[in-house]
Amino acid sequence: MTVQEDYQPVFSGTVMEELQTVLGRYPTKQAALLPTLWIAQREHGWISDRIMAEVAEVLGLTPAYVKGVVTFYTMYHQHPVGKNFVQVCTTSPCNICGAEDVLKALLAQTGAGDAGATSPDGKWTIVEVECLGACGFATPILVNDDFVENVTPDKVADIVKKYR
Amino acid sequence: MGFPHKSHPKETVVLSQYFGDADARTLKGWTKRGGYEALAQALKMDPVAVTDVVKESGLRGRGGAGFPTGLKWSFMPKEKKRPHYLCVNADESEPGTFKDREIMRWTPHALLEGTAIAAHAIRAEVAYIYIRGEFTEPWTIMERALAEANAAGVFGTIKIHLHRGAGAYICGEETALMNSIEGKRGNPRIKPPFPAAAGLFGLPTTINNVETLAAVPHIIKRGAAWYKGMCLSNPKSTGTKLFSVCGHVQRPGNYEVTMGFPLKDLLYDMCGGPPAGRTLKACIPGGSSVPILTREETEQTLLDYEGCVAAGSMLGSGGVIVFDDSADMVYQIMRLARFYAHESCAQCTQCREGTAWTTKIMERILAGQGKTTDLDLLLDLSENMTGKTICVLSDSCAAPIVSGIKKFRGEFEAYLAGKRQPVMVG
Ligand SMILES: Cc1cc2nc3c(=O)[nH]c(=O)nc-3n(C[C@H](O)[C@H](O)[C@H](O)COP(=O)(O)O)c2cc1C
Ligand code: SF4
Ligand code: FES
Repeated sequence: MTVQEDYQPVFSGTVMEELQTVLGRYPTKQAALLPTLWIAQREHGWISDRIMAEVAEVLGLTPAYVKGVVTFYTMYHQHPVGKNFVQVCTTSPCNICGAEDVLKALLAQTGAGDAGATSPDGKWTIVEVECLGACGFATPILVNDDFVENVTPDKVADIVKKYR
Repeated sequence: MGFPHKSHPKETVVLSQYFGDADARTLKGWTKRGGYEALAQALKMDPVAVTDVVKESGLRGRGGAGFPTGLKWSFMPKEKKRPHYLCVNADESEPGTFKDREIMRWTPHALLEGTAIAAHAIRAEVAYIYIRGEFTEPWTIMERALAEANAAGVFGTIKIHLHRGAGAYICGEETALMNSIEGKRGNPRIKPPFPAAAGLFGLPTTINNVETLAAVPHIIKRGAAWYKGMCLSNPKSTGTKLFSVCGHVQRPGNYEVTMGFPLKDLLYDMCGGPPAGRTLKACIPGGSSVPILTREETEQTLLDYEGCVAAGSMLGSGGVIVFDDSADMVYQIMRLARFYAHESCAQCTQCREGTAWTTKIMERILAGQGKTTDLDLLLDLSENMTGKTICVLSDSCAAPIVSGIKKFRGEFEAYLAGKRQPVMVG
C-alpha cells in the first residue's frame, strides 16, 4: 500500500521544547523513545518511515532501531487511520457480556465494514483489541483518547453521532 | 463496591474508602483526609525501619506473584554505591483485572504517597510509574496529582515520573517493563540477575504493583499489627485485597475484603450472583492466567494466597471472572489462548509456537473439524509450555487450557462428536 503523506518535520518550536522536558526525565536519550513516539503520533497522526527517521535523528538512534521498537507496540499506528480510531475489547470477560455484538454494530453503523479497515469517508477505523483493563464495565471502548464504558449495541448510534 | 460507588457492609474498606469521591483526587482534599501524613512520618524514619514495618505487616505483592513486599525491599544493596530505582507497575492488562485503574482514577495521591515511601525505603532517588497506554483517564488524573504534589514540594528529593506504555501486555512482566522504560522492545530478560542487583539501566531496582504501594501509607500510619490483624484464614495472607469481579454477575465492580474471605459470599451476596435464571458454571479467581474452578470448587474457595492454591487455582491479581451456564467454555478458553498468542513476545519457541498452535487447535475443534486426538495434543503442548520459558506468559496460557479440558471435557467432546453446532471463528 502506498500512502500519500503530507510530511512536515515534527520536532521544532514548542514541540522541541516539550521533547527537552521529556529528555530531562531519563538518564539516556534512548529511554525517551516511547514518549517521543507518542508526541510524534499526536502531531503527525501516525508513525511513518519519515517520522521514524526524524525520531531516530533527534534521539541519536538508527531508523532501523526505532522501527524495531515501533513494531513491538500495538498502539503506534504504522498506517494512517480514520479521524476516529476506536478500540473495542473482545477478550473473554467482555466477550461473554456481548462484546462481539458491540463490535458488529460499530462496524456496520460507521461504514468501516471490517475490523482494521477505514470507512470510505475517512472518519472511522474500528479495531478489535485485547483486554482494556476495565472488564467490570463491559464492553469498554476507546474512541481516540476517550474511554467509553458499558457500551451495548443500542448505545452505538449515539456514540457514532457524537464523534461524527 | 459496585457502581455507583457504595461499599457493601461485608467489605473492609481501606484502599477503596474514597472511590467515587472526586475531592480526594486533589492535594487539598487528600491532605484534609490525612493524606501525606504517613510520608512525613516515613521520611523521618531510617529506611531499614520503614522496610521492617512493611515486613512485619505481612504485605505481599498484589501484582500476581504474592512475593512478600518488605523482604523484596530488603534485597536492595545495603551499601549504596550507585543510583537505585523504583518502578511502579501500572500496566494492568491481565484479563479480568481492573483494580489499579480504580486506585489511580480516584486516589492518585495514595499511589504517589506509597511510591515516595517505597522510594525512601529502598533509597531510590527516582521512581517511574509505568501506566499502560490505554489508560488515558487515569494518566490525566495521575499527571494532575503529580504536578500538584510537586508544586507543593511533597516528595522532597525523590523524583517521580510517569511513563506511558504503548500497548503490550508483556510489558507488565517486570523485566520487560524495565526494557520498555529504557526505550527497547518489551522482551522479558533472563533471570538472574534479579532487578535488585541489575534492574533498570542495569542498576539496583525494586518493582511493585499499584495496589501493593497504595497499601503502604496505611501500614506506616496505623502500624504493622493493625494490618496483620486483618486476616480471616491463613496468617501468611494479611490485610485487605481488592477483587475485580466481572463477567456473569449482576453487580460487577471492585470489592475490598479481608484476606481469607469466602469467594462464595463475594459472588452471591456482594455481586448478586449470576443474572436471573442462570446458574454459575465456572470461575477464574485470579486473572486469566490461573486455573479455572468449577462451581463446586468456587463455592468452597477462601480468597487468600493459600486458599486459592488449596482450591486448585491461584490468587494472582485478584481478577475474578465469572461464567454462567450460558458460556461456551471451549470458545472462551480459545479466546484466552488467542490473547496469549497475540501477547507473546515470541522470544521462546515453546511459547511462540505453543500459544499459536493451541489457539488453532481449539479453533478447529469449534469449527467441527477437530480430531479425537486433539485433546491429548492440547495437553501435550500445554505441558511443553509450562516451566520451560523465560517468563511465565507461556505457563499462563497453559493454565486455563489444562484446567478447562480437565473440568469441562464434556463440552470439548460435544464439539468433537459433532453434537454441537460448529462455530466459525473470525
Ligand atoms: C506476563 C506477565 C504480565 C504481568 N503483568 C502485570 C501487570 O500488569 N501488573 C502488575 O502489577 N504485575 C504484573 N506482572 C507481575 C510482575 O512481573 C511483578 O511480579 C509485579 O509487578 C511485582 O509487584 P508486586 O510484588 O508488588 O506484586 C506480570 C507478570 C507476567 C509474567
Ligand atoms: S514465555 Fe513467551 S512472553 Fe515470556 S519471554 Fe518467552 S516468548 Fe516472551
Ligand atoms: S476483558 Fe474487556 S476490558 Fe478486560
